[in-house]
Amino acid sequence: MGFKEALANGEFVVTAEVGPPKGTDISEMVHHVKMLKDKVHALNVTDNQSAVMRVSTIAVTKVLLDLGVEPIFQMTCRDRNRLGLQSDLLGAAIFGVKNVLALTGDHTLLGDHKDAKPVFDLESVQLLQVINRLNEGFDMAGNELKGKTDFFAGAIVTPEANPLEPQFAKFEKKVEAGAKFFQTQAVYDLKKFHTFIERAGKYNVPILAGILLLKSAGMAKYLNKFVAGISVPDELIQELADAEKPLEKGIEIAGRQIRELRQVCAGVHVMAIGTEDKVPDILAAAGL
Amino acid sequence: MIVAEPKSLDEIKAMTEGFDRILMVGCGTCTTVSLTGGEREVNLMATALRLARKVEGRDIEIGEQTILRQCDFEYIDELKDVDSYQAAVSFACGAGIQGLARKFVGKPVLPGVNTQFIGFNEEYGYFTEQCKACGDCILHLTGGICPVARCAKGLLNGPCGGTNNGKCEISKDKDCAWVLIYNQLERLGNLEQFKKIIAPKDFAKAGNIRSMDLRKAGD
Repeated sequence: MGFKEALANGEFVVTAEVGPPKGTDISEMVHHVKMLKDKVHALNVTDNQSAVMRVSTIAVTKVLLDLGVEPIFQMTCRDRNRLGLQSDLLGAAIFGVKNVLALTGDHTLLGDHKDAKPVFDLESVQLLQVINRLNEGFDMAGNELKGKTDFFAGAIVTPEANPLEPQFAKFEKKVEAGAKFFQTQAVYDLKKFHTFIERAGKYNVPILAGILLLKSAGMAKYLNKFVAGISVPDELIQELADAEKPLEKGIEIAGRQIRELRQVCAGVHVMAIGTEDKVPDILAAAGL
Repeated sequence: MIVAEPKSLDEIKAMTEGFDRILMVGCGTCTTVSLTGGEREVNLMATALRLARKVEGRDIEIGEQTILRQCDFEYIDELKDVDSYQAAVSFACGAGIQGLARKFVGKPVLPGVNTQFIGFNEEYGYFTEQCKACGDCILHLTGGICPVARCAKGLLNGPCGGTNNGKCEISKDKDCAWVLIYNQLERLGNLEQFKKIIAPKDFAKAGNIRSMDLRKAGD
């Protein structure tokens, strides 16, 4: 069953992600895609993730479609102006892409081409509006399209952002702009997440909680220190520090969190950056 | 004002390598305030360059003159003995340098500074960008804080996911403009404004070969 249909049917939806490689050798990526194929409803394909130059998202979504996997086409506004964004969306539609995740994108200064000109002609909220416009059969300039799109557009939200209020107001704008589903930044503090979900509940948009595999106590501390909107509680860090095999403990924690989240949200988005082969273990630990 | 940073002695020395009589022109307005192109800075750079050339046994004569503004032709006309110099180094912003070039016909006019931004002086020696001259001001929608100039991504509808404890994802030293805007709109009792989606910017109004014509037809 497709991603959109599964959400509509109220199934507990699981997505994961593949990062396009830097270079033309996609063998490892294809191996991961095949491994995850029957375990998830859809796979996100990242877009020059962390502002690091890689194979284009559109090419990798085509690879996924050819392998029989439903992609979620991540589109950032960092590298293309409104012409580029719209024409790539039309291109993706031709390939059969249905799901688009509209993102602003990390700044070029965070990536590996710091001297690049960042574009940001549009941003996530406006991109969502553009996608809906394409679905109606028109481009941004109001020109009629010969053949319209049928995208299922989503967005991201950071439930543990500090401060939360401006982020929450932006979340509301994304809903208004036409976001039909949300995937979140990694959540670890489930109490805080519950508060967010209760507040977001009135908008009736499915929310997939972000699960990021913790590989060690050091990684957890690093996330707390350097990554916006992530706060790993001390108890979890201690649990990892006490474990003989931290990676296995991380898998156990992720599985446990998914079981808890299952009670409160529409699904989970599992991120295992660099350890995609562990995703099946996480899902097994979650009883999925 | 327009803020500029000084070019290095090495760069200015390289630019002026082929000359032995040049004029250094300071600007008495913006770059004087940003401490990079006034009378004092021109004198410091001229002194340094004279010394550097002397060490190499190739003396250079440098005239020093500072006028009120280099973006105004009437002040440029006040410069003296321009014909006797082989080249001029301007310590004004990019507009001033080109203003000087317009008047210094047939001779090279070289930049003495790197023009940075439109901004203001936060405290002595510390300047921040405030305006991108985008040609389509929306400060009435954003609590008087410009996201085009002060958000690293120029976002129009709220903070990105990179904002952290009120700081920008590109640097912990920079405030997140959208957190500032949210707080200011809250103080103004106008959070409803924050919730309104701002349409994509009309970039036809910026970044082209801009001019403004207030002359009436027939005048």
